[in-house]
Amino acid sequence: MSSTAAAGTIDHHHDPSTSTGIPNKKLLMWLFLASDCMFFGCLISTHLIYRLHPPPGTPSAKSVFSIELTSFSTFILLMSSLMMALAVNAIQKGNLKSLRVSLLTTIFFGCIFLGCQVFEFNNFVFEKHLTITNSILGTTFFTLTGTHGTHVAVGVLWLILMYVRSFQPQDLDKRRGWFLVNLVHVLALVVAILLGMNLVLGTTRALEATGLSAATLAHFASGAILRILGLLVALAVLIRLGRPAGPVAFNEGNAMDVEMMGLYWHFVDIVWIVIFTAVYLLEYI
Amino acid sequence: MADALAKSDFIGKEEHATAIKPFVLWRPTAKTGLMSWLTTVDHKRIGFLYGISALFFFLVGGVEALMIRLQLMVPNNNFLSAQQYNEMFTMHATTMIFLAIMPLSAAFFNFIMPLQIGARDVAFPRLNAFSFWVFLAGAIILNLGWFMHDGAPNGGWFGYTPLTTRTFSPNHAIDLWVMGLQLLGVASIAASLNFVITIINLRAPGMTMMRLPVFTWMTLVTAFLIVLAFPAITIALVELMMDRLFGTNFFEVSNGGMPILWTHLFWVFGHPEVYILILPAMGIISEILPTFSRKPLFGYPIVVFSGACIGFLGFGVWSHHMFTTGLGTVATAAFALTTMAIAVPTGVKIFNWIGTLWGGHLQMRTPMMFALGFIWLFMFGGFSGIMHAAAPADAQQHNSYFVVAHFHYVLIGGSLFGLLAGIHYWFPLMFGRKVSEFWGKLSFWIIFVGFNVTFFPMHFLGLNGMPRRTFTYDYNMGWNGGNYLATIGAFILGVGVMIYFVVMIYTYFKGEKVALDPWDARTLEWSLPNPVPEYNFRVIPTVHARDGWWYEKHHKEEVAQEQKEHAQAEEAHGGIHMPFQSIYPLFAGIGILIGAIGIAVIDADPGPNLVGKKLATCLVGFVVFLSSVYLWSLEGNEGYHLHIDADGHEIPDDHGASAKH
Repeated sequence: MSSTAAAGTIDHHHDPSTSTGIPNKKLLMWLFLASDCMFFGCLISTHLIYRLHPPPGTPSAKSVFSIELTSFSTFILLMSSLMMALAVNAIQKGNLKSLRVSLLTTIFFGCIFLGCQVFEFNNFVFEKHLTITNSILGTTFFTLTGTHGTHVAVGVLWLILMYVRSFQPQDLDKRRGWFLVNLVHVLALVVAILLGMNLVLGTTRALEATGLSAATLAHFASGAILRILGLLVALAVLIRLGRPAGPVAFNEGNAMDVEMMGLYWHFVDIVWIVIFTAVYLLEYI
Repeated sequence: MADALAKSDFIGKEEHATAIKPFVLWRPTAKTGLMSWLTTVDHKRIGFLYGISALFFFLVGGVEALMIRLQLMVPNNNFLSAQQYNEMFTMHATTMIFLAIMPLSAAFFNFIMPLQIGARDVAFPRLNAFSFWVFLAGAIILNLGWFMHDGAPNGGWFGYTPLTTRTFSPNHAIDLWVMGLQLLGVASIAASLNFVITIINLRAPGMTMMRLPVFTWMTLVTAFLIVLAFPAITIALVELMMDRLFGTNFFEVSNGGMPILWTHLFWVFGHPEVYILILPAMGIISEILPTFSRKPLFGYPIVVFSGACIGFLGFGVWSHHMFTTGLGTVATAAFALTTMAIAVPTGVKIFNWIGTLWGGHLQMRTPMMFALGFIWLFMFGGFSGIMHAAAPADAQQHNSYFVVAHFHYVLIGGSLFGLLAGIHYWFPLMFGRKVSEFWGKLSFWIIFVGFNVTFFPMHFLGLNGMPRRTFTYDYNMGWNGGNYLATIGAFILGVGVMIYFVVMIYTYFKGEKVALDPWDARTLEWSLPNPVPEYNFRVIPTVHARDGWWYEKHHKEEVAQEQKEHAQAEEAHGGIHMPFQSIYPLFAGIGILIGAIGIAVIDADPGPNLVGKKLATCLVGFVVFLSSVYLWSLEGNEGYHLHIDADGHEIPDDHGASAKH
């Protein structure tokens, strides 16, 4: 509340304007997560039920999975939770610089996870011939992990918007163009992420196909010259816009907005732990 | 206390109201006319929007019911074709459940609940508006089939697979059903999150949980049920949609899919759903009976706990819809037991209502008539429900007209009577006029008689072997008399409902005007003048007793003094905070509607080219939705302040930042 913010102290754990002292937004997120638990509960149950009744000709999950890659991406996703917690901590102390670094790292880790999933899906479909239509394993696997991946992608988008929001200038009267700047900032970050992921995955594929050599890289780079230029432009825009021109409106008072997002992000990570156990590790027992 | 009084999650500064903003972030300010309704975030207006849509769809569903009854009136009838008949019963059920009873309950949740807890609005006003627009989008999608070549959905209201898979229902009718229900689920969950937060966090000082009016308690339980039960059908619908759109194998038997999975997922949602339909009506009844018995509710804590208990047990009984699928003895016995157990808290409620009536000075006004009708008819539906709980008996009754009779007794005799009672009861609060007792009671008696003549014979039809959803029957089955009688009853019921609504419309324009609190009621909403001001309470009340308004009426001086102090404290905090209106919930809803049309209406793109018509429509919807949500978050939850004097007149404030912005 503005009155408490002006007094200089914010109690991040108690909101006097609500009956219970729990901020509305926090309660909303907790309840939404309860609902989301049921969503994932139904999907995971579907997978586990069908796992027990495989029709003849179903490929064995073990022959399809690559547990090393998934373990790596699981680890990265868990580390992103750490960065998210640091971001919440930073904004509660009013440390904007630390907040932005933590948010960018969380976004980066989230993207690594998504990149691994894209790679994994590609690998399953084109190398292992497991598609969403050709077997019940493919059907439940891709639907479940795809739904989780969508949750991560939504989380990354939210993180991007929150990062950009932390640059919103305080004095809107003098900065009438901020809405356009805001939009450009979001688009630059999205473009940078998409091109970056595309290039990294493309390089991996090229290396897989012909092995590590300077010629391979040069050949790939010449084919991707436009994408590389686009990425550089997006990064340049990001670095330029990453320096706020004046005082910003984002401060300790927004800690709840970040914390709410953090709850969502941690939840998505926890769901992944369950999925990783129930879908992947279970096959290796 | 002062902080608690200046209730809002307002974090912006008031000066924002006068800042120069990009045109996309101007907040609409219309207080009258079409724009004011399209951009409203006021819980009372959203309540009206829900109510009007629900009544419209109630009439549509009623016409569908009459067509069904006309077809079954005589043996070997060909009033409807078999295909039309399938569409009629599917859409009748879907419309009545999702587009009539649920939104009518939502109308009361929206309008009444914040008033009962002494709040100025729900916790997230824009989310509330979004819920309504998504509901409307879902309703449109569900009913689009009537205007399309493919026809309306025809797979029954529980859409059992494999009937609803692409193999057996290849056209768009089932796609419409899937997407329509999906949107209604989103709308219901979003609305319910809002209601739960509102009840938990926006109670007036002194309004402890055990002082909440029972209707508010039942709103809370219902909202929890919606939040936890709808995900099951959402996932079931996602799986069916994946099967239909992308050729997955969830319910594809040839590739290892199991249709029974759909049945389980559907009823894991479907059984809590019937409590979602009945609990709000029970809440309404628990308000009306004490008011017209001139007594407090008998055994308030027991009524509340049994309501919560019903909600809790409601998650553990779904398989009693599936006794005949061969669950195995242990599972069947377990579900039979839990189903019988659920009768206990329900019976407790009935006895508490009787206890409330016992020894009271009963006033037989129209709402009270409907409330008493509710108890009687709901009990009847409960008795036949207990009969279904016995698995061997259920094997005989399964999918027969006995089941049809049972659930119409709980849905019409229960839910609908409760809601009709509620409309009569709160009509004076909403519109400042009262329905005439003669016409109100006349409509009650015609509805009551028509209802029983329609549905009572169906018990016998069912036990004589008439299966539900049968399109026609031969003359020598012994079902002629019952069916003829039921059709006559349905038309009596239709006439009763017509009288009810015609009288309601007449009363809205010409009815007898009433003063504050015409029923001498007990709960806080009756402390408000009519029409209820946009800010609801000039001074947030302090609640001293369970029947808060009753206490205020009998401690006038104490309360007047208290209110004066609170008004000063609140003024010192800047006055009454009101949220700005917003157009983006509507735009987000339109985006979702476009996307759903892309998924359910447009034919699949031939060939692998990426930018076909279907994908393009979905993308347009997605972009509209995404940009609306982006702008929604950018515009922020800002608001303005109102200053109201003791007579309820607005005092313009110094910054000019009152209703003008």
